[in-house]
Amino acid sequence: MRLTCPLCGSRDRREFYYYGADTYLNRPAPDAPMAAWDDYLHLRDNPAGVTRDLWYHEQGCAQWLKVTRNTVTHEISAVELVAGPAAGGKGASE
Amino acid sequence: MRIDGKGIIDRTRPVSFRFDGREYGGYKGDTLASALLANDVRLVGRSFKYHRPRGILTAGSEEPNAMVEIHGRTNQTPNVRATVQEIFDGMDARSQNRMGTLRHDLLAVNDYVSPFLSAGFYYKTFMWPRAFWERVYEPIIRRAAGLGSLSGKHDDGSYEKAFAFCDLLVIGAGPTGLMAALVAARSGADVILAEENPHLGGRLIDDAGQIDGEPAALWVARVEAELRSLPNVRIMTRTAVTGAYDNGTFGALERVGLHKSARPNLPRECFWRIVAKRSVLAAGALERPIAFPMNDRPGIMMASAVRSYMNRYGVVPGKRVTLFANTDAARDTARQLIAAGVSVAAIIDPRADASSVEDCPVYTGAEVIDTRGRLGLREITIRQGGEEKRIETDCLAMSGGWNPTIHLTCHMNGRPQWNEELAAFVPVEGAVPGLSAAGAANGTMSTHGALAAGKAAAEAALRHLERNVAEVAVPGAEDAPYAVRATWAVEGKGRAWLDFANDVTVKDVRLAAHENYASVEHMKRYTTQGMAPDQGKNSNVGALAVLADATGRGIPETGTTTFRPPYVPVSIASMGAGGRGMGFAPQRFLTSDQASRDRGAPMVEAGLWYRPSYFPKPGETTWKEACDRETTMVRTSVGVCDVSTLGKVDIQGKDAARFLDFVYTNMFSTLGLGKVRYGLMLREDGTVLDDGTTARLGENHYLMTTTTAGAGVVMRHLDFVQQAFCADWDVRFISVTESWAQFAVAGPMARQLLAGYLGQPVELPFMGVAPVQIGDVQGRLFRISFSGEEGYEIAVPTRYGEALFRDLLARAETMGGGAYGMEALNVLRIEKGFITHAEIHGRTNAFDIGMVKMISAKKDCIGKAAAQRPGLLGPEREQLVGLRAAAPITAGAHLFRPNDKVELKNDQGYVTSVGYSPTLSAWLGMGFVVNGRARHGETIRLVDHLRGIDVLCEICDPVFFDPEGGKLRA
Repeated sequence: MRLTCPLCGSRDRREFYYYGADTYLNRPAPDAPMAAWDDYLHLRDNPAGVTRDLWYHEQGCAQWLKVTRNTVTHEISAVELVAGPAAGGKGASE
Repeated sequence: MRIDGKGIIDRTRPVSFRFDGREYGGYKGDTLASALLANDVRLVGRSFKYHRPRGILTAGSEEPNAMVEIHGRTNQTPNVRATVQEIFDGMDARSQNRMGTLRHDLLAVNDYVSPFLSAGFYYKTFMWPRAFWERVYEPIIRRAAGLGSLSGKHDDGSYEKAFAFCDLLVIGAGPTGLMAALVAARSGADVILAEENPHLGGRLIDDAGQIDGEPAALWVARVEAELRSLPNVRIMTRTAVTGAYDNGTFGALERVGLHKSARPNLPRECFWRIVAKRSVLAAGALERPIAFPMNDRPGIMMASAVRSYMNRYGVVPGKRVTLFANTDAARDTARQLIAAGVSVAAIIDPRADASSVEDCPVYTGAEVIDTRGRLGLREITIRQGGEEKRIETDCLAMSGGWNPTIHLTCHMNGRPQWNEELAAFVPVEGAVPGLSAAGAANGTMSTHGALAAGKAAAEAALRHLERNVAEVAVPGAEDAPYAVRATWAVEGKGRAWLDFANDVTVKDVRLAAHENYASVEHMKRYTTQGMAPDQGKNSNVGALAVLADATGRGIPETGTTTFRPPYVPVSIASMGAGGRGMGFAPQRFLTSDQASRDRGAPMVEAGLWYRPSYFPKPGETTWKEACDRETTMVRTSVGVCDVSTLGKVDIQGKDAARFLDFVYTNMFSTLGLGKVRYGLMLREDGTVLDDGTTARLGENHYLMTTTTAGAGVVMRHLDFVQQAFCADWDVRFISVTESWAQFAVAGPMARQLLAGYLGQPVELPFMGVAPVQIGDVQGRLFRISFSGEEGYEIAVPTRYGEALFRDLLARAETMGGGAYGMEALNVLRIEKGFITHAEIHGRTNAFDIGMVKMISAKKDCIGKAAAQRPGLLGPEREQLVGLRAAAPITAGAHLFRPNDKVELKNDQGYVTSVGYSPTLSAWLGMGFVVNGRARHGETIRLVDHLRGIDVLCEICDPVFFDPEGGKLRA
């Protein structure tokens, strides 16, 4: 398996650390109900098809990546930086 | 028997080798199989289950019978296919899976009781009595099972793994592959041509056909010369592509040194990962046997293999050959033999309408129904019309048609399609993204068709790569239609083998169907068909055809089992190349490493780091003596310890403090310049992630330290938090763990030592940090302590680490102090109640370790919300405590009330760290006890069944030494 890192190009999967679903990006507000935190921390879908998950280019540029891939065909349709232009300070309260 | 004028072996270079202890001769270029056949050795092995005498069936990696052990000086490789292994001087090959000699195998008794050993006999036979399974049946079965054996010694052979990248990977160098490689090479693409044989040409060599009116070998040589002259082409011979994986990645096994007697600096094998933008599968096809009665005798072989032995090696496997084949093409075998002066006794063709015009007797509409010859074929019986006839023969060449080598196209869930005209499965285009099957692998059986298909496949790949296509003409070659009529099994009295390697017969498959193992996957597992080292290459299609017939379904409805990598057996040693012994993990060495070893310190692993365990003094006979001395030394004078393994993260930016506030539970924005603070870090689920100190070096400049074990995890975590949640903040950080060497100087005389060394008074307050000048070197001095003593840590750029360590040590030793290692460091921190990853082991939260107050109420932080969940903050939690005992105690022990029975339901907690305290003359421990903080003073029973420890302890505060911290702040 190979991932095309937006900064480093096509690399073997051994350079990357796998974290989990991109749900981790949607951190609830500190005072959100426990159910929201439970959902955020523990509840995951297991789709047969397109999924989005987080990979860390640990042996490369140290960037966290959002990978869109298909669990059935193994096709990787997009690899984006987590800290890309769209990312902001969401999640961390003042 | 060797014949003159044929083959691509080097007859000027004789090779001598041994088989079962007997000396034989061959030539360079021979495989063990061809050399044995040249010496008229037909019996080379015993079958798996019935121990039937077996010979050589094929001339390739699909060989199911001729498997041997190759014995080296220390290593012994079992299940080596004689058809693949090239001979070399001094090679020691031995037959396997026998008890006694190859000719008189005692386990051949299995053959006589074969009626009881049919499919599923395990499940039916070894049921009763129940107690017999472990004591009787299993040991006997284990003794009899398996094929070759290992030496039992360490394999001292070397192996490698490597990566390669290309535009186009061409798999197989027969007519299709050579043509594809040629077109792509001339077009300038970066080409890898992988071929499992040592030579190129495939069946062009094996069949000795013609191209453009010349011997095909000449064309092969010309193409090879051109490809080798081009810088954009890599030819990888002896390299079998074993698997197709995601995103254009292929596994391949190269036999690098296995064919050489002396291999200075050569690995035995190399496992390649080849990454290709496009790929062409030109792996050809495998000829399939016919399941006729008693079809497994030495001397019965594939018709194509007979041609291969003749044209590759100049070897004819018999003096009086017969041919049983259902295609026109297979007739070539007989014609070539006759042309070479070999007697052909008969051609038996099951097709009634086939031509009977040959230079030897031809029996059309006929079948072979029996064979004779205990250790080698002597005679066959054929049936034509209702007539039976016996024919004397020592070699029967058979062909049931061809199966395209589609395996790689199915490695990513692709299912092949049945092609009625070819009576074979063919690949489905696109089953592996980027890969196209071409030529015989795609069902194109003529030579001209293969050449044209190779060209077309390369052109299509080049267009995908948006490259110009060089014009290459397809040379003229044989283009006869492939006229096959499926012939799977011949009815008769004797057993008819489908899977030679696992001894599965037609009757076994029918029995499976009869007992309702009718799905092809169930049949496979019930009969073990296709589960031998050849992975069913010779038997899968035949077996499922027999199953389809037995269940009354068609072959397409019956379907195939799943094709999985690897295509040929891959040694685990090659896949794990470099990973044995010290290659298992990287080694990280401290700058003080040599200085520590010079003092005789045994090194221990701490993560990937190697740290000194203790520094023995003359007269000390145990580690504990040294540890006690070093502990007391730090408590009474001064000790020096390399602490560079701690993770160090340099954090800068206007939002650096804000970032620290977010990742730590406690406040860092309030930390004064030149001050250091202990911080606690949680995972988002509230579990403790790591702890350490962070220093404020400047207005917007911090230096974080992590634990040794946590360095990597924390870096990953910081990167995630910053990139996911505060990408727009003004903060940047980088690991500087390896940029700084850092040494703890601890003890009542630490200040004096440093003042002397730095040439100025040291007036740093507790938890302070300041730059220091050591000669021309800029360093940093921290006043922090992991021992409970007045402690400092002095850091310099890594390249000065060793010099600083030796300097500090020399000074310490003049003051009655010295170096201390991990053992003493551990005792010192246990005496003081400082935690490590033994305590924050991934299941404890801030409440458990008594630090819940460190979660600031004034701000959000990672893990804060989840740390407040119900169940994490009550008396039901196992809480950090100290343990004190008069006798040795062990980490990992469990704790019980003294009057309770020692069993799981009475478990009160467990021990995480222990050490003997020379300061307090007691064994001290840290551990977790249910509601432990409320139980200080209670006596608890510590039990370690593993090490036979059963001791009463006192539960106490984890801080045993200087609880007020007077010494720290001195």
